[in-house]
Amino acid sequence: MDPAAAPAPPVIELTDVVAVLGDFPALAGASLTVARGEILLLQGPNGAGKTTLLRLCAGLVPLTRGTGEVAGYDLTIDREAVRRRVGLLGHQNGLYRDLTVAENVHFWGATVGATATEISAAMERLGVGGRLVDVPVGKLSAGQRRRTALACLVARRAELWLLDEPHAGLDADARDELDHTLRQAAHAGATIIVASHELDRAGALATRTVDVIAGQIREVAA
Amino acid sequence: MSVLIAAKDLRVERRSRVVTNQVLPFAGVTMVIFAFALDKETVLEQVAPGLIWLATMFSLLVLVQRAFAIEADDGAIDTMRVAGVDARAIFVGKAVALAAQLLALEVVLVLLAIVLYRQTVPMDGVVLLVTTLLVATCGLASVGTLYGGLAAGVKGRETLLPLLVLPAVAPVLIGATRAVESALGTVGAVVSDGWPWVGLLVVFAVAFGVGGSLAFGPLIDE
Repeated sequence: MDPAAAPAPPVIELTDVVAVLGDFPALAGASLTVARGEILLLQGPNGAGKTTLLRLCAGLVPLTRGTGEVAGYDLTIDREAVRRRVGLLGHQNGLYRDLTVAENVHFWGATVGATATEISAAMERLGVGGRLVDVPVGKLSAGQRRRTALACLVARRAELWLLDEPHAGLDADARDELDHTLRQAAHAGATIIVASHELDRAGALATRTVDVIAGQIREVAA
Repeated sequence: MSVLIAAKDLRVERRSRVVTNQVLPFAGVTMVIFAFALDKETVLEQVAPGLIWLATMFSLLVLVQRAFAIEADDGAIDTMRVAGVDARAIFVGKAVALAAQLLALEVVLVLLAIVLYRQTVPMDGVVLLVTTLLVATCGLASVGTLYGGLAAGVKGRETLLPLLVLPAVAPVLIGATRAVESALGTVGAVVSDGWPWVGLLVVFAVAFGVGGSLAFGPLIDE
């Protein structure tokens, strides 16, 4: 058998996963496989388990039962290795408001030893280079802050982007810019999972959609 | 990584000027109020070392709240954990930055005590005074970082932090006060009396430094 013809291993492989937060089973037997380069949309009502699923894939929420692998690392025994390969962008951006765009991207890039060239390229790619580099993040618009946060993900070489309501708080232009950026990132090899209530916009962006309902995952027919 | 985190914290402080514009004036006002409350020269001279450390403890609470507020404001602490940054590096980096700010504050408080409370520093007490400031600062910064991390994700953290920190730093308050009394020659104390107290401060700093770096990861993950 030609090894070159073998399919690439999935970036995410969850089987019958249970994650309990306090006494509440936020995920109750969820299974999911995500291939490299996919943009997957998670849709479902509030409290269905979308955010918990993202945090589980980021190695922040432990598995209570079931098996899971992210980027080839076991979610039960190797969460630290998982975390180094994943970028989670939730309702917050994870930025320091008193630092400039360049200082923020440099800080997060330096956590993985990114070079100055990589950091500059990340800022340029996300459109926060040039005149914005020396602007404190606290003075940026919501869209610019979100793009700075994505530049930080690029700078720290995240293979898997987990985005929770990424369009929230952005105006129409910023949403278009964000979608364009995410498509480019997926084209460049990043795998992206988006949890969103904005089904029209996120649905147009996604290459595949799943329903998350009561802690379980159901494939939506294309 | 610790150096990166400490440098980032100190850069944030340099930009925001919270220590210089808020914490230092707060500590100064505290020292002046002590002078009003204990309006007798002999009393002030006797209790000056204790007042220096009481003002330091109160300021420590403000500094710790601030150190973790910059992480919590935009979810940076979560991002740091997702980025796979070692929790021990976060602990050491934040403790070093906190120690640097505390040390600067303590120098100002000692100078204020010299001016307001008519303290003098005999030449043979300088080494003991400097050693006490350094070692006590290490202990305070370790305790502050440990409990700051614990309280950061908890509802009511502003009121919880003093409840956790103040009892824990009581040994530093006692040991550092006695050692500074010996360094300044307060009420007939001699320099040689102070060194055993420095020993206590060393044990405290090592215990909380090592224990804190081990416990910090599970605490912030919770």
